[in-house]
Amino acid sequence: MKSSVITFPGSNCDRDMDVALKKFGFKNKMVWHNDAELPKSDLVVLPGGFSYGDYLRCGSMASKTKIMKSVVNFANSGGIVMGICNGFQILVETGLVPGVLLRNKYLEFICKNVFVKIINNNNAFFKNIDIEVLEFHIAHNEGNYFCTNDQLKEIEDNEQIAINYCDKNGNTEEQFNPNGSIKNIAGIFNKQKNVLGMMPHPERMIDPFLSGEDGSLFFSNLINNLK
Amino acid sequence: MIVNEQVAIDHGLKKEEYIKICELLKRTPNITELGIFSAMWNEHCSYKSSRLHLKKLPTKGKQVIQGPGENAGVVDIGDNDAIVFKIESHNHPSFIEPYQGAATGVGGIMRDIFTMGARPIANLNSLHFGSPQNKKTKNLLRGVVHGIGGYGNCMGVPTIAGQTNFDSSYNGNILVNAMTLGLVKKDKIFYSKAAGLNKPVIYVGSKTGRDGIHGASMASASFDEKIEEKKPTVQVGDPFTEKLLLEACLELMAGDSIIAIQDMGAAGLTSSSIEMASKGNLGIEINLNKVPCRETKMTPYEIMLSESQERMLIVLEKGKEEKAKKIFDKWNLDFAIIGKTTNSKKIELFFDNKQVTDIPINTLVENSPMYDRKWKKAKLPKKNKIKKEDLKNLKIMDVLKKVLSNPNVCSKEWIWRQYDHTVMGDTIQKPGGDSGVVRVHGSDKAVAASVDSSAVYCWAHPLTGGKQVVCESFRNLISVGAEPIAITNCLNFGSPENEDNMGEFVECVQGIGEAAKYLKFPVVSGNVSFYNQTKEVGIKPTPSIGGVGLIKDYKKMITMDFKEVDNIVLVIGKTEGHIDQSLFARNILDEKNGPPPEVNLFNEKNNGETLLKLIDAGHIKSAHDVSIGGIITAVAKMCIKGNKGINLKKPKYLINEIEYYFAEDQGRYIIEVSNDRLKKVADILNKNAVHYDELGTINDGQLFINEKSKITIDELKTSNTNWLKDYMNK
Repeated sequence: MKSSVITFPGSNCDRDMDVALKKFGFKNKMVWHNDAELPKSDLVVLPGGFSYGDYLRCGSMASKTKIMKSVVNFANSGGIVMGICNGFQILVETGLVPGVLLRNKYLEFICKNVFVKIINNNNAFFKNIDIEVLEFHIAHNEGNYFCTNDQLKEIEDNEQIAINYCDKNGNTEEQFNPNGSIKNIAGIFNKQKNVLGMMPHPERMIDPFLSGEDGSLFFSNLINNLK
Repeated sequence: MIVNEQVAIDHGLKKEEYIKICELLKRTPNITELGIFSAMWNEHCSYKSSRLHLKKLPTKGKQVIQGPGENAGVVDIGDNDAIVFKIESHNHPSFIEPYQGAATGVGGIMRDIFTMGARPIANLNSLHFGSPQNKKTKNLLRGVVHGIGGYGNCMGVPTIAGQTNFDSSYNGNILVNAMTLGLVKKDKIFYSKAAGLNKPVIYVGSKTGRDGIHGASMASASFDEKIEEKKPTVQVGDPFTEKLLLEACLELMAGDSIIAIQDMGAAGLTSSSIEMASKGNLGIEINLNKVPCRETKMTPYEIMLSESQERMLIVLEKGKEEKAKKIFDKWNLDFAIIGKTTNSKKIELFFDNKQVTDIPINTLVENSPMYDRKWKKAKLPKKNKIKKEDLKNLKIMDVLKKVLSNPNVCSKEWIWRQYDHTVMGDTIQKPGGDSGVVRVHGSDKAVAASVDSSAVYCWAHPLTGGKQVVCESFRNLISVGAEPIAITNCLNFGSPENEDNMGEFVECVQGIGEAAKYLKFPVVSGNVSFYNQTKEVGIKPTPSIGGVGLIKDYKKMITMDFKEVDNIVLVIGKTEGHIDQSLFARNILDEKNGPPPEVNLFNEKNNGETLLKLIDAGHIKSAHDVSIGGIITAVAKMCIKGNKGINLKKPKYLINEIEYYFAEDQGRYIIEVSNDRLKKVADILNKNAVHYDELGTINDGQLFINEKSKITIDELKTSNTNWLKDYMNK
């Protein structure tokens, strides 16, 4: 399986993603934002970080780079694309997934483990994961997912919600929401479910010595689903 | 502008210093030259009050590759890997403008590290704020934490450990000390020593603006009521540009184009150009019209003294200009050839085709003033007699709850949750433990780092305090299973022109030196921050020690959380019942006098090294050093982290129970051992003449003392975690 990780100026989880993808069997290539062509890929990842310093709206500058034209074309032709954290912010700026990401409710950066409940596993990302709740890790300042009521209805009707913040038993009450996102949303799909944007970083959960191992479960499952 | 004595004094120079400048130059300096002298001769850059004493610190060791004098210290960790590290203060700017002050402090120290070719792999910080009741404290704390996070998070470097203390002596002068560790291959370390004639001098990074002009001079003076006027001397940080600069520099460093490199930190272009030339025994010529400027009509004076951030100066091999430019173009950074090295041994600056500066470099560096300031030796205070009846009325669990919720003991999670501590995917011990630990990427090794200070002990008796803080750093590394290698120190003091403050400095340095020498824990880098005072009131003497250690096999790392019910808990090291200057004495008995606990270097070394042997042999389940709050505070924290309880039984000592549990005797650790290893562990401790007491057995939910008083772990947690959160959200 071939994967590509895009490096924007200011990306800082690109190496971590490279390490994770390779660990679970992907042949990964790092792709520079200024390249026009995407290498042949089974998976394209927009990594976390602070592309262009997040000085404008998070992700907005990166969404206008040369490579993103190719990524959008790739996604529109059914290619599997995943945006993590800043990558999620870039995805909403391209319009590949609906909504926006606002500043966290308590106006603070949050770095901690969270639990997420898989809402839709009928897709390449979560198919065959037989548990409902995963322990993931978040590290962000702007993860407060927001959309209009009409958009929300559409997202729900199309089953585009991927994962919601919850407690370890899968309860999705507001109190388990770290950043104030609407409906506890932590990640969403596009309509076709080949594009996933999510705030948590599975690449930081690939080793028992790190924050946990549910990232290992996620990646090993992902590569099998793509085969 | 005409330069005279008054202009020199306005630049922070003393009258005698101005006279010396005129003598050295054999003429009156022009305003640009005066600016350069004032920048190079201020306390921050010249170390004029401290140099004499810093020389006494031990700086060599078998693992030391580079000691003080470079951008940072470097130590060998085997397999051609080396760790570059340093701690630095950004106190004055952080008080004036907390967000930018703290942010640029973090940016500056990271630049020192990657200037040497190392990729930063961990950040730490040591923060001291005024009393929580002081009306400025909350906003300063919030601003500083946001600033540190804002910069470090954007850079993608994990902030893995730190400490935050509160004391009214910092009401008018907070301390923000930032530390960074970087990883480099031993044969790819870059230095700041220029070499060769007519080599191009390159400017890269951000453009030069009018921000931070005379920042280093501001940091070399006390504060007064006009402090707000100093806001323009604070630099503005741009972590995004620094991230690009980091990647571009490391890309250029992978080749062989660089002869010397120096970041533009304090005193900007002035100190970076002069330091490179001075170390190479060369001259340097710069055309200031070539310097990329952010604003129009900047004068030579402003260009030379700007402290705009995210800039580097490089002496390049001839013929490599195009190759280098390509890399900086790729990263969208400014790149300009602004001058060359010469054999004049002078700094010569040109602007609009006129020479505006002509100063022999040795007058700025070797001939800079050095003072043997007057200082007063501190007496060891007399011991207090604690009345036994005062202790009898205290309920131990109430005291414990108070201690756990004390601002200087309580959990700092509100702070470190705002720092990205997991990026780079190698953080195996997060903030909140004895040391932060990161793996050396792709290897079995890990590096542990901790930052400590004990201002109360240093204030009570500087010599003992200086020793103690080095020992505490040593213990924090050992507690996670790391072999201590070396330290970096950030020496925060009041005015060196005051005999008492100077005495505190001299004796703390002496204490640090004695402990570092005995423990074979050399000082490889650091900085001095004097004038942490507002009008006549100085801070408590606060040396911050950043320690670095190596874990050869990261799978053997130890954490402090209690692991298993029925395991046995021991305390290593003798408890004499030293209460003076303890958190208990100061906050519960309200007794602020008395000597700090004595430091016995033999015991420190012996206890620590023995514990390392036990850890290496796999006998230890959890460990934690005993520091402020004593045995019971350490044990309670291990209960909280592990979500376990303990049945404590005081050994039969002559001292009272409260004294036993809250005393702050040094050289102690709490360790957890399984029943089947207990005999083996006891044998090893006995064989090495290490004193130990058996404290009790781990249970699954409550902390008991003598089977009488008890408290649930949830209660302990509430006491420990709520104070800071509540304080900040009030």
